[in-house]
Amino acid sequence: MSELTRSEAQRVLSSRKESTLWREIQRNWVAYVYISPFFILFAIFGAFPILFSFYLSFHRWNGISPMQWVGLENYVRLFQDKLFWLSLKNTIYIGIVAHVPMLIGALILAFIINSPLVRHKDFYRTTYFLPIVTSSVAVALIFGSLYGVRFGLINWLLTGIGLEPIDWWGGKGQWIKPAIIILFIWRWLGWNMVIYLAGLQGIPNDLYEAAAIDGANLPQIFRYVTLPLLRPVILFTIVLSTIGAMTLFDEPFILVGVTGGTSHAGLTIAMYLYNRGFNFAHFGYASAMAYVVSAVIIVASALNIRFFGHGRVEQ
Amino acid sequence: MAIVEARLAGRRPRWKRWIGRIIFNSILLTGAFLSAFPFYWMLVLGTHSTMEIFHWPPTFLPGNHVLENYKGMMGIIPFWRNLFNSAFVATTHTALSLLFCSMGGYAFAKYQFPGRDKLFALMLATMMIPWMAGIIPWFILISKWLHWINRYEALIIPGAASAFGIFWMRQYIQETIPSELLDAARIDGCPEFFIFFRVVAPLLSPAYGALGIMTFMGSWNAFMGPLLVMQEKTMYTLPVALALLRQNPQRGYDAGVLMLGTSMAVLPILIVFLMAARRFIAGLTVGALKG
Repeated sequence: MSELTRSEAQRVLSSRKESTLWREIQRNWVAYVYISPFFILFAIFGAFPILFSFYLSFHRWNGISPMQWVGLENYVRLFQDKLFWLSLKNTIYIGIVAHVPMLIGALILAFIINSPLVRHKDFYRTTYFLPIVTSSVAVALIFGSLYGVRFGLINWLLTGIGLEPIDWWGGKGQWIKPAIIILFIWRWLGWNMVIYLAGLQGIPNDLYEAAAIDGANLPQIFRYVTLPLLRPVILFTIVLSTIGAMTLFDEPFILVGVTGGTSHAGLTIAMYLYNRGFNFAHFGYASAMAYVVSAVIIVASALNIRFFGHGRVEQ
Repeated sequence: MAIVEARLAGRRPRWKRWIGRIIFNSILLTGAFLSAFPFYWMLVLGTHSTMEIFHWPPTFLPGNHVLENYKGMMGIIPFWRNLFNSAFVATTHTALSLLFCSMGGYAFAKYQFPGRDKLFALMLATMMIPWMAGIIPWFILISKWLHWINRYEALIIPGAASAFGIFWMRQYIQETIPSELLDAARIDGCPEFFIFFRVVAPLLSPAYGALGIMTFMGSWNAFMGPLLVMQEKTMYTLPVALALLRQNPQRGYDAGVLMLGTSMAVLPILIVFLMAARRFIAGLTVGALKG
């Protein structure tokens, strides 16, 4: 008897719970309508391609003849593909060598602009932002002319001060990566600087005053007050930078073309993916590559968050 | 920072403060010069013939070869058509995106619906997925199944409701739109569905301005999407057309023509930016600080 009442009670309870949930959903139908565009568009143009990409990565397909199941073959070939490893290495190299000085430089510049000794902050912010509002293709074309081997402005300056002109695209291709890195730093420094500056301006002054009253000097204040408080902002720029660096495409594509120039020195992983996928129509192989690279990016982002984000809890 | 430096600076003699000011400002001015100079150089090269550009030493003043460069450019790409394509795609994409993002941001900010937090977290998580993960099927979908090759839809619709935009709008609506206002509209008998359009949307114009500029620029500057989808010269957007100027197969590389085309493509967006710089920068940094 008691068993029966208990289960009955449960049934009544759960049905009431269900009906309140259903009523809540009905009451808020407008909200679901309003958020539906994102989820519908993401399902079609985001989730579906990503899932289908996984399916494709086990097939051989050129888009015309029927799909052929090949199991893990694409992945096996990928890991034996020298150009894949080279492009991955190039991408990581360019990403690290460009980002470390750029992020540090952006932080220093943000400090300088934030200083009371500097006026016309808006002028500087706007000017440093010019490169990032211009299309990547346009700035790559402009730098292509600055890098001109025989008639470029940079080589003119170098010979003017008695140095050898740089053969940017030739030789063994050893100047191709520096060319891409210089362009990359030039383009993104201002963006990171503006983000850091906004972060610095969000730190309340009384924290600095308290630290100064406690007798902290400027480096100590930077180390123990500014850096911890800026950590979320730094994390934000590092996560975005990782994704941006690993998917770098436009600038090297314009500067050296889809093959990456001499000895493929400027071949990034996105360019190689583009080439295999869209020039050779190796859809299955390119999908396998897309999956491996995306996994690398997501793991790298997660590591960044763990490594740079843990301090948030401590402080 | 300001107080500390003022304190520290206050302790120093005046001449030391002047030295600090000179060092800081010269670093910043050098950086500003380096940021802006390539644009000046682009304008200068666009007015010279290739013969003049390949001259040693280079000239730093504008030349008088604009008309010839213009004719050369028009012989390779239909520039005004490309400009129209860019403007049309960017404008419609931005309008649609603002509608969807403000609707979504409003729902996440002002409704307590079941599953809200999970859906919001899911939406934020999609921002971490790199675009290349699904690029191959994305292209197959656009080309084979939707038949959107050489059609504007391909550039307008897929990204029309961005996770970043919805997140950004949610922050703005949470901070600026009081819930009492919505309740008052309900009491006055405004149907739930129209509260957003009649009451909330008109109050969002500053947010529409800031997010609109960001979306517009992203669309105007996009390269890989248009490169994949637009396969006829008359449908190219400006970045793809510029890339064609560079890799022009028939006439070879003409530096003056290329730089004139680049100047004409860059100037509109630079002017838009310079007119709205403050709002644009302020808008962009919101995402960074609240995220």
